[in-house]
Amino acid sequence: MHDQIKESLLKKSRATRSERRGKLISLFCTAIIILVVVSIFYFVASKGLATFFSNKVNVWDFLSKTVWNPGSTDSHGNPQAGAFPMIIGSFAVTLLSAIIATPFAIATAIFMTEISPTKGYKILQPVTELLVGIPSVVYGFIGLSVVVPFVRHTFGGTGFGILAGTFVLFVMILPTVTSMSVDALRAVPRYYREASLALGATRWQTIYKVVLRSATPGLATAVIFGMSRAFGEALAVQMVIGNAALLPHNLVSPASTLTSVLTMGMGNTVMGSVSNNALWSLALLLLLMSLIFNLIINRIAKKGEL
Amino acid sequence: MVEQTNKIISSNDVHLFYGRNEALKGITMDFNESEITALIGPSGCGKSTFLRTLNRMNDLIPNVTITGTVKLHQQNIYAPDTDTVALRKEIGMVFQQPNPFPFSIYENVVYGLRLAGIRDRRQLDEAVETSLQQAAIWDEVKDKLHESALSLSGGQQQRVCIARVLAVKPDVILLDEPTSALDPISSGQIENMLLELKDQYTIILVTHNMQQASRISDKTAFFLQGHLIEYADTKTIFLNPQQKETEDYITGRFG
Ligand SMILES: Nc1ncnc2c1ncn2[C@@H]1O[C@H](COP(=O)(O)OP(=O)(O)OP(=O)(O)O)[C@@H](O)[C@H]1O
Ligand SMILES: [Mg+2]
Repeated sequence: MHDQIKESLLKKSRATRSERRGKLISLFCTAIIILVVVSIFYFVASKGLATFFSNKVNVWDFLSKTVWNPGSTDSHGNPQAGAFPMIIGSFAVTLLSAIIATPFAIATAIFMTEISPTKGYKILQPVTELLVGIPSVVYGFIGLSVVVPFVRHTFGGTGFGILAGTFVLFVMILPTVTSMSVDALRAVPRYYREASLALGATRWQTIYKVVLRSATPGLATAVIFGMSRAFGEALAVQMVIGNAALLPHNLVSPASTLTSVLTMGMGNTVMGSVSNNALWSLALLLLLMSLIFNLIINRIAKKGEL
Repeated sequence: MVEQTNKIISSNDVHLFYGRNEALKGITMDFNESEITALIGPSGCGKSTFLRTLNRMNDLIPNVTITGTVKLHQQNIYAPDTDTVALRKEIGMVFQQPNPFPFSIYENVVYGLRLAGIRDRRQLDEAVETSLQQAAIWDEVKDKLHESALSLSGGQQQRVCIARVLAVKPDVILLDEPTSALDPISSGQIENMLLELKDQYTIILVTHNMQQASRISDKTAFFLQGHLIEYADTKTIFLNPQQKETEDYITGRFG
């Protein structure tokens, strides 16, 4: 009797063994993912940095010069790899679309959580989910056939440009920002609302003084997430922005973004050439930016925990 | 007794339905000014529900039907033209779980004043000090008014919540088991504070703690399954209850 217990305690049970197996498998998968991520970084970085080390492009020139023609050289014999127009283009469409999308997204989220949490939520929730899932080429196509002509008629020019890109990105990030804002508002405990109402606050006062204020970290995360999506979006933007690697004069003149130059140029350069390396430098820039967006989101999340 | 008391709230035949489930089955009772009234009874008997009918917090729950009248200063608060926002400024509420906003202690206390549009810094500062002193927590927090209220202990948070209500200067304060989440020392502090406040406020308190009810309340009401079984001076309820159910409950024979 005694020995039996001892034996059963010493022998590894099936549960213990299968737990160990599970741990090993998940460890293995995690290791593979980490390996992939590290190699992507290494690959992009080594290629992207080659522009500066092998092809002798000055980093500052890369960031601030406005002529993008890496295949040819300037009077000093350095490749003309000035990415400033694309940097401006990327930041312009990202910021503008986020600025327009934020009030719409937050207003919709307030409607879905505070004003009509049953009916409104039930109708709008699947709609936003559906919109999140639409492939970007569809957005681009709609942008090309609706937004560009609209901009052309209303503001003149060709219709292609930062404004068209902004509109398309606005529609694209709106559902994402909205559904993340909804999550942020729903995470505000009910008892904050009750406490506020019990103190004689109206519904609106409760919404903007307590709900929005307590949800600020979550809402900021939603907006930055939307911005990071806008910054990285390639296809839809490329279809409507005009793809001229020039410094844009206004919102309706053809421009380009880091991503659009990448997608346009990818197939047309030879591996190892200056032009190809320059594109990798753009990719590196994109990678760094998405890293920065992620860091900001992490920061906010940490702060939100208090 | 010759002492003249004024009734400040009187409820008359209040029925409340959650959907089709009747949680209050005709409650008629008066509350006197400057008294502490304790509501006791087993879990689910409708104490919180009744408390929440007094400041119309049940309005926030969908599918609630309420009949009967509740009068505050002779005015029926369920009259169609009642301004619930103004009502809740007169009848403050403290909840079971301490629920300070995730703001600083200072901002928590002045919340109700800011709602009223008060901006004057001196007035706000003064209100913060008075309310926190009344809530018996001033000494503990006076050096960290601008730190987050969430960094306080549960008992301190609850007293900040009480200060937050006091700052609005209501006539009536409703407390729903305000000490059930607290240790005995914090509970004692809050009980003493309520006794101090009694002269200026009418206090209605839900509690599961018999000692607490007997220690601080003037009147006690015993609820059972949506009925008000007995309502009398606290002494009577605890020493000489008239109803068998009350006696059974108080002596711990059920509930
Ligand atoms: N929001 C609600 N929706 C539906 N039914 C409810 C709701 N709140 C309370 N009830 C029901 O009403 C009855 C009374 O509940 P109430 O919360 O008033 O009891 P209580 O006396 O405060 O109990 P406790 O001492 O546990 O807090 C219970 O049967 C409960 O199930
Ligand atoms: Mg209760």
